[in-house]
Amino acid sequence: MQKYTRWSAILVVLMLALAACQSDSGSSGDPGTSTDPGTSTAPGESMAPGESMDPGESMGTGSAADCDADEFGCIEIAEGDPMVIGTALVISGANETLGTDSQIGTEVALQFRPEIAGHEVEFDHQDDECGPEGGTAAARALVSTENIAAVIGTSCSGAGVPAAEITSAEGILLISPSNTAPSLTAEDTHEPFYARTAHNDEIQGAAMAQFVCEELELTTAATIDDGSPYADQLAAVFARQFEEQCDGTITAEEAVSEGQTDFSGVLENIAADAPEFLYFPIFVAEGALITQQAKDTAGLDDTILGGADGYFSPDWLSAAGADAEGHYLSGPDLDFAGDFYADEFLPAYRDIGGLDEPVSVFHAHAFDAYNMIADAIEEVAFTEDGTTYIPRTALRDAFFATSGYEGITGSLTCNETGDCADARISVSQVVDGAFSRIWPEE
Amino acid sequence: MPVRRSRLNLLNLFLWVFGGSILALAAFGALLTIQQGRLSGDQWQTLIIAGIALGSVYALIALGYTLVYGILFMINFAHGEVFMWGAFTAYFAATALSDAGMMASNPILAFLLVLATAMLVSMLVAVMLERIAYRPLRGAPRLVPLITAIGASLVLQYTARGFYGSGVRAYPDFTLFDGSIELGPVEMTVKQFVVIASAITIMVLLYLFINNTRTGRAMRAVSEDKDVAAMMGINVDRIIVTTFAIGGLLAGAAGILYTLLFNQVHFFMGFLPGIKAFTAAVLGGIGNVIGAALGGLALGILESLGPNLLLTGYGIPAPNQLKDVIAFSVLVLVLIFRPAGFLGRKDNV
Repeated sequence: MQKYTRWSAILVVLMLALAACQSDSGSSGDPGTSTDPGTSTAPGESMAPGESMDPGESMGTGSAADCDADEFGCIEIAEGDPMVIGTALVISGANETLGTDSQIGTEVALQFRPEIAGHEVEFDHQDDECGPEGGTAAARALVSTENIAAVIGTSCSGAGVPAAEITSAEGILLISPSNTAPSLTAEDTHEPFYARTAHNDEIQGAAMAQFVCEELELTTAATIDDGSPYADQLAAVFARQFEEQCDGTITAEEAVSEGQTDFSGVLENIAADAPEFLYFPIFVAEGALITQQAKDTAGLDDTILGGADGYFSPDWLSAAGADAEGHYLSGPDLDFAGDFYADEFLPAYRDIGGLDEPVSVFHAHAFDAYNMIADAIEEVAFTEDGTTYIPRTALRDAFFATSGYEGITGSLTCNETGDCADARISVSQVVDGAFSRIWPEE
Repeated sequence: MPVRRSRLNLLNLFLWVFGGSILALAAFGALLTIQQGRLSGDQWQTLIIAGIALGSVYALIALGYTLVYGILFMINFAHGEVFMWGAFTAYFAATALSDAGMMASNPILAFLLVLATAMLVSMLVAVMLERIAYRPLRGAPRLVPLITAIGASLVLQYTARGFYGSGVRAYPDFTLFDGSIELGPVEMTVKQFVVIASAITIMVLLYLFINNTRTGRAMRAVSEDKDVAAMMGINVDRIIVTTFAIGGLLAGAAGILYTLLFNQVHFFMGFLPGIKAFTAAVLGGIGNVIGAALGGLALGILESLGPNLLLTGYGIPAPNQLKDVIAFSVLVLVLIFRPAGFLGRKDNV
């Protein structure tokens, strides 16, 4: 009996090892080749003017033939039916403020623009759970909803990776208000129907590195990531930029795992080199614990702590308590030009969310995402016998052709891999238990 | 022993070589690390203390697994959730006391109240778990209660999520335990000291209880042989409920000690410590009370010390992400060389 138990134990170990080794290579289908952005029609080409019926003022021109010609066919919305836009944002768990904030941003956008192409808009809110499992589940649920027009999401880059693959395979736009991992819009890993209104972390990492060496005038730093695409890539960009831009020294690049609570091993290891700055752009739960435990670690007494928009939220602030004081956080610059944000957006946000202040930093990005989707839909949608048709590839092309769109977050122009943001990064510091924007100077 | 020697077949040889080479690799890695001299003596000491503190929490939870296993021969996979329920519910007691100002005016009483809340809630959950989920299945094939335990674990998790929400909540700070103390050459934070001291006290009390009271004797008798114990006039049902209650009390205490160290509660917090404590129980020899305590301590120290000691020497980047790998590799190694764990009974295998 014992013998069989042992053989099966070995077998299990081998299977686990195999499973671990192939986790990257497994992918469902091959959406990349069938929907390569390079081979699809350029914006405007698919809409042959003149051969359609009158579509109304703000609508595009087209005909049923376009639907047959479009690789993914048309979204069809019958007369009087609502237009459904999905969201896949993190609305539960430790990071719920990140997604709730963006979700309220979309609701505000809806309040200002309740109709797109003559149809009332309805949201289908799903939860991306800030991870690959949740992202997969939310994306699958949304793509199986018939005639869903587009999806706003995801909150976390880790959820965005599988979600972009799933929606792109179905020809459905996925526009993220807060994914920032560079790989999502990198040339070889970009999914054709994915774009974002949030900044690329190539910019955030560089800005933070610049802030640390020019403003704080520090020369040594260490990083901690949690293995998620967001943290892993942002920490790496920061480390590279810190070395390249200002000849700084990275003393350690450590990693922790999600759900970990005891960080003494990591922190002692980092403390061995006593870096002047410790950057851990991770998420709320682990971010708060590291903030606290770093303060208790001998050798990190004089180390300045910093993080990024992953835990830029009151939840982190209350979880970290007094240890958060003096902490530096990078994130999108919310010091927007124009009065719309302060005079109209924020009151609506407070009203809809029942909140005093925004709970995270990507609500305006979600607002812009909604309006850019709406503009792109109205550009390509056409009506035949009362039914509104939206050719999917044409919608994608129209969205990606967005240029100089004046949104809250600035003037947005999409490039061919889906980076649309007018990215401006600012750094805030925790002063007297509240976030206070300190850099760059206004 | 002689029986095992005759089993020196190809498989056993392979396992021993496999285990031996891992041990050799680990020893060599430790040697390289120490030669590098990256971490100072004080830092190693801090790591060991942190490991002992975490290990004592694991040990308290592991005792719950081991007590139940010793009596019912079933693995109560919902035990991690019993731990979570105590800590999570006591969070509300703690914030209420903190808001009422009692945390500042009478910190010791406030802490004891929070501790009592956690222990009582965990005990109630454990007893109800036994009554509702396990007792009706007593006598069913072994797989049935095991699957039920996993189901009960999910039910408890998502009930907590429904009750308390899915966000992470931070305990108010027990300012009573701020600062650090020196015990001879060893320096630790007061929180760590409180955790270690309370855990040791509780474990000693448990040991005395099991060995010196009538109920304790009855528990041991039931663990030896349920039927004979029943014939001797022991109310087996009551002993089993008592065992669950004790396991719950220990888990509740562990919950508060855990939040002393880490400050956060959420509905999923019982999962990882539960798995770790189960590992600790197996490591020490499941069914053995002292084994569970030793297993917990060993696991805590390994997690905190292992990555820095064994992996840094090889220049592996970000070694601390691999701490669970080390902990579970040690479990595999222990099971190769001592299938019943450190102190386990042979007949349990």
